Amino acid sequence: MTVRILGISSLVTLALTVWLGIWVTPPDRVQGDLVRLVYIHPPIAWVALYLATGIATLASLAWLWSRSRSPYWDRLAASSIEVAVVFTALTLVTGSIWGRPTWGVWWAWDARLTTTALLLVVLLGILAIRRIPADPETRARRSALAVIIAAVDVPIIHFSVVWWKTLHQSATVLNANLQPTIHGSMAWTLLLGFVAVTLLFFWMLAMRMRIERLTDALEGAELTDALEERWAEGAPEVEGVAR
Amino acid sequence: MWRDALLVAGKDLRIELRSRVVLNQVGPFGVLVLVLFAFALGPAPAPMLQAAPGLFWVAVLFAGLLAVQRSFALESGDRGDGLRLAGLDPAGIFLGKAAAVVAELAVLEVLLGAGVVLFYGARLHSVGVVAAACLAGTLGVAATGILYGALSSGLRVRETLLPFLLLPAVAPILLAGTRAWQAAMSGGQPVWPWLVTLSVFAVVYLALGVLIFGPLQEST
Amino acid sequence: MAPAVLLRAAVALTGRFPALAGADLVVAQGQVVVLEGANGAGKTSLLRVCAGLLPVTGGEAQVLGCDLRADRAGVRRRVGMLGHAAGLYDELTVAENVRFAVRAAGGDPAGIDPALDRLGLVGRLRKTPLGRLSAGQRRRVTLAVLVARRPELWLLDEPHASLDARARRLVNELVGEAATGGATVLLASHEPEEALPLADRVVTLAGGRVLGEVPGGRGRPAGRLGLAGDAHVA
Repeated sequence: MTVRILGISSLVTLALTVWLGIWVTPPDRVQGDLVRLVYIHPPIAWVALYLATGIATLASLAWLWSRSRSPYWDRLAASSIEVAVVFTALTLVTGSIWGRPTWGVWWAWDARLTTTALLLVVLLGILAIRRIPADPETRARRSALAVIIAAVDVPIIHFSVVWWKTLHQSATVLNANLQPTIHGSMAWTLLLGFVAVTLLFFWMLAMRMRIERLTDALEGAELTDALEERWAEGAPEVEGVAR
Repeated sequence: MWRDALLVAGKDLRIELRSRVVLNQVGPFGVLVLVLFAFALGPAPAPMLQAAPGLFWVAVLFAGLLAVQRSFALESGDRGDGLRLAGLDPAGIFLGKAAAVVAELAVLEVLLGAGVVLFYGARLHSVGVVAAACLAGTLGVAATGILYGALSSGLRVRETLLPFLLLPAVAPILLAGTRAWQAAMSGGQPVWPWLVTLSVFAVVYLALGVLIFGPLQEST
Repeated sequence: MAPAVLLRAAVALTGRFPALAGADLVVAQGQVVVLEGANGAGKTSLLRVCAGLLPVTGGEAQVLGCDLRADRAGVRRRVGMLGHAAGLYDELTVAENVRFAVRAAGGDPAGIDPALDRLGLVGRLRKTPLGRLSAGQRRRVTLAVLVARRPELWLLDEPHASLDARARRLVNELVGEAATGGATVLLASHEPEEALPLADRVVTLAGGRVLGEVPGGRGRPAGRLGLAGDAHVA
């Protein structure tokens, strides 16, 4: 039920954002129609860089630190990592669509872009670890530790890339262009964009969690079958011993 | 912890002294990387000189990758059973293995540094900066390498998984190490931010390794 | 006194396969228990569980008073395992291997030389790199590590494999001595006749569970003669 409400409200707010973003708000003086990406790119980046990766990190810590080793935290971590991959990729795609006309190139070695690209590789690495067959607890432990090792790295990567740029070139283009152009209806649309994309993220997360839960249940059933098969292996010899 | 670290480092280095796998195989491989990049860059000296610091660190990262793989390959038995059964303190194993890799890489770095000077005509004005950057960077490479090495050891896909995990993680070392070398070569550029970045990276990962190596060992 | 090994409905998975499917076993301290069963019955997995290598995902598991489900690394220093992967290094010599293993487990280095003597690893053999030894000689090195480390729980996986008759007798003697010294021994074997005379109990495993047990020959009148008697029977 909550999942359905999440889904409907995210779709409605997303549709509203698209309507406001394309038909209602005015084009920018400098960037023209291109500025409309501002309603979608920063919200996606916020979800990818902070929300999804943050939830994955916290869930991994919770799994490691809680004595119960609850599969819930592992499911949450797994789901948010997967959704984070989607949103990080979208951040790169929308960023580079924006970059082509503004910077004149598809790819610039901008600090944020570079960090985001490395983050995507790191997230794909964690997904690769999760895909290695193992019993559920080992897989959860491996994944949680990989997330923590990577989580420590991302800020260091970010700052070193920022210094790398700032010590040699001017500050990032993205930052300079973004701030002064926002006012009036545009601010409201941007805010709505944030709400819509955040809702979309939680909807996807909830759906993904449901799939994980069902997979776990299926694996649990498979384990019960495997146990019964294992018991059957020993059955004929029970009589042998009894005799 | 320190006692076990010494024990493990001594054991790993003794095995390396006997087998010379890192020195005789990884070392030449690192030099080969430098030579191959020289081919890619063409015979003009200017681009080579500009690329020299970066290529040094790329060669160090590849060599570090192989040294880490070797460090786990010499633990007999699948899943690292032997090392876990030995009853050593996990933090000690982590520090010991990292120390052995640092020692091995230090020798290779002298070799590679000589290679950079020889092949690319690089001139190092400030040897102290270079040495400090190498030390901090190597500690960082070894610490991350042993962490990811433990995570992927015993897995059937370890050969392909380890580079995929390790190389993006050590990107800050490549970046900061290269800038520090450039500063040491030309002078006049700020060098402290890079030495600080390298040191922070090394300290953070050494501390993290001491904390999580226990659970990490249990995840294979 | 807490039992050396206590398993209740213990389930352990290798990958998704239930290697132990609800095993029940209680072993008192100082006992020698032989585990027998067909290939794939779960003998090795049971030993790996007791060594704290294989996580227990269901049921109860305690070794030497430690709860394995809470902390399975804690027992390793007190447990000695002889298995397929020996934890030895080909590049190190026999003496160096034993010294490293003993110091790693926090054992007494004074026990190293007598242990090497006991296993017949004398003279030039001690300075030979492990990589040049035969399978039987390697097994003797692993046994020397156990003897020198004096663990409280011995976990022996097919200790008689690849050994000649004399060495097999030696293994039996060592097991007897360990048990007399207060250690507990779990010994997995698919040819239990070899180990029967020194066992207090012979436990049958199948399908990852304990199916039943029979008493062994240790402590019976014939066995009371001690090691010489055992060797004679063998």
